[in-house]
Amino acid sequence: MLYGKNGRKDDLVVCGARVLDPVEGVDAVLDVRVDKGVIACIGEGLDANGHRVVEGAGLVLAPAFVDPHVHLRVPGGEDEETIASGTEAAAAGGYCAILAMPNTDPVVDSAAVLGSLIEDAKTQAQVPVGFLAAITRGQDGAELTEMAELADQGAAGFTDDGRPVVAPALMRRALQYHGITGRRLALHCEEPTLSKGGQMHESAVSAELGFTGYPSVAESLMVERDLSLAAYEEAPLHLLHLSARESVDALRAAQAKGVQATAEVTPHHLCLTDDAVRSLDSNVKMNPPLRSADDRAALVEGLRDGTIGSVATDHAPHARHEKEVPFEAAPFGVTGLETAFGALYTHLVDPGLIPLETLLERMSAGPARAYGLEPPRVAAGAQANLVLLDTEAAWRVEEKGFRSRSANSWLLGQTLRGQVRLTVAAGKVVHG
Amino acid sequence: MGEIHVMREGYLPPKQPPRRHLISIGDLEREDVERLLATAKSFSRSLEREVKKLPTLRGRTVVNVFYESSTRTSSSFELAAKRLSADTMSIKAAGSSVDKGESLKDTALTLGAYDPDVIVIRHPQIGAPELVARYTDAHVVNAGDGKHQHPTQALLDLYTIQDELGRIEGVHVAIVGDVLHSRVARSNVQALALMGAKVTLVGPPPLIPRGIEAMGCEVSHEIGAIADADVVYVLRMQRERMAEGANYVPSLREYTERWGVTPERVRPGQKVMHPGPMNRGVEIDPRVADASEALIEAQVRAGLVVRMAVLYDLLTTGPVPVEAPEPLEVA
Repeated sequence: MLYGKNGRKDDLVVCGARVLDPVEGVDAVLDVRVDKGVIACIGEGLDANGHRVVEGAGLVLAPAFVDPHVHLRVPGGEDEETIASGTEAAAAGGYCAILAMPNTDPVVDSAAVLGSLIEDAKTQAQVPVGFLAAITRGQDGAELTEMAELADQGAAGFTDDGRPVVAPALMRRALQYHGITGRRLALHCEEPTLSKGGQMHESAVSAELGFTGYPSVAESLMVERDLSLAAYEEAPLHLLHLSARESVDALRAAQAKGVQATAEVTPHHLCLTDDAVRSLDSNVKMNPPLRSADDRAALVEGLRDGTIGSVATDHAPHARHEKEVPFEAAPFGVTGLETAFGALYTHLVDPGLIPLETLLERMSAGPARAYGLEPPRVAAGAQANLVLLDTEAAWRVEEKGFRSRSANSWLLGQTLRGQVRLTVAAGKVVHG
Repeated sequence: MGEIHVMREGYLPPKQPPRRHLISIGDLEREDVERLLATAKSFSRSLEREVKKLPTLRGRTVVNVFYESSTRTSSSFELAAKRLSADTMSIKAAGSSVDKGESLKDTALTLGAYDPDVIVIRHPQIGAPELVARYTDAHVVNAGDGKHQHPTQALLDLYTIQDELGRIEGVHVAIVGDVLHSRVARSNVQALALMGAKVTLVGPPPLIPRGIEAMGCEVSHEIGAIADADVVYVLRMQRERMAEGANYVPSLREYTERWGVTPERVRPGQKVMHPGPMNRGVEIDPRVADASEALIEAQVRAGLVVRMAVLYDLLTTGPVPVEAPEPLEVA
């Protein structure tokens, strides 16, 4: 389900880093040696064997990250991102695997489009990519795609991301059909008549600024519907980019009743609130919108207690001229691959809102499990998928530093703590 | 879990360099408003002279860019600039390169190349004046941006209230109608609250935005709530903004029946204001509009002197400080 450039497998020794793998239960200062792309041994005072030696003292070595929600913009939006540029950005952000969304032009709704993307990934992808296919043809919400064929072709899952599946009966059919494909359905929950025209969260801030509100109930109503359908069909599902407290509450209650639901949350929803929109900066315009401080607190708590198992960047590159317009005219979406760890370390871990171990798990094993992928591990015999993190380094987010073709980041000009020093993806050093 | 901490100062995005614009009433302090109103008053006296033109802004250039139709705002800005001897240039979206798909950024860069001193802009989208301010060196005056702000309207309304009632502080103003779609309402709530007036918003629930009380006003859905007010400020029912099938109100007929400002609902001595253009017979009964308590023409006259004061203040005395909006604060 993941496709990337084959080839080189690296030899490497990382010496004296704090090895931190919450899933394996490792937290100790150790050396890790990688032979031909596979973790050969973990211990103290390892012989370098002539390998490249990376000094890890004072740094954290962890399983590399998995991003379950990236817009690579191909086909059709190559001016904004490509498989090559998007996966270079992923490598710089510490990711060893990413999942790409199908809301492209044309939509990834046929085996032909999916097949050509997979072929391109095999020659261009710096880190392995999985491609999600659409649930409905053209993401029009009218007819199901040929999901079984798409799954056979290698689709990593199914989603109409960017749009909800509006008709309940169609959503139900998709959940029923899921049994055939075994691949996860990922849902963008938005009740479109409630969110129509919405530019930002409906709140005192939208009332003051005059923006049409996109109320949190537009999300939570659809979350509740989809959880009800999933419960009825006893089918699993994954909820994309949650933003509202009511959604987290509904998810927690459904999980307690045994519904197989996973969910993700973005760095911007974890770090910002609707107050940020007062800047009228089009780089804080996203769907779902930034919500209240109370919603943000619920998302942080949901991530901490595991109700929300995954951090997803929803990396959404946009051309400069598309965002250099009044807020109301700007498209939704911000980039995130290269800043996710720094933003979350700075705004969640450093102030003590969640432990580092929890963040590392939610950025790696959590999203991998949500899509049935093998979680990256720091363990002898495992393929090397590693990230070396400097939690002391402060760095300034600047446009010229991005590997992504787009720079519509809400973090431009900010100084972050927490930097990715080295990324190993599928046994190959892809960054550092 | 504990409270989420305020994001630290170092992580806030850089603030824009301070420059003097008038984009929102939020850019102004109370003393700025008082100075602007006093300047406007002195201009009103100068306009009583036989020769009305003042040499104050000779050699300065004021560009008016209107992306939305407007009669009173565009004409009063143009006349205000001319009364102060500034050179003026007016550009309307229709028939300009905007019709050819030019972006607002490029239009701003093009106009900026002529080094205008002031750009007055009206635009249907929130945030357009900020964008122009970012790409030109001119002082930018917001003549209305979408549903956001119309600061010179609020200033002229303050001027009118002060002129008629002799004060603003403590005056009770009831703003009636379609607050949801009204930049006039937003600017006025902010301006009246800044000056210590009491504001009550009155209208059907779907047309009063949720959470607006945080701006410092009260809300009532009953027209009877205007009874206590010194001033009844009637908003236009913005039919052009009423999306088809949006169902904010079932019909204009029902709106007029329940919230129209009629002679029976106005108390003797209550002043009535309206930013224009009026829908007579919809939000305001013609008998109210034409009564001696109506200040509607006084508002138009105030528009001229207040806009003269704004241009004068930006280009001479200042400063009208630009408070960069407080961005990215996590409460």
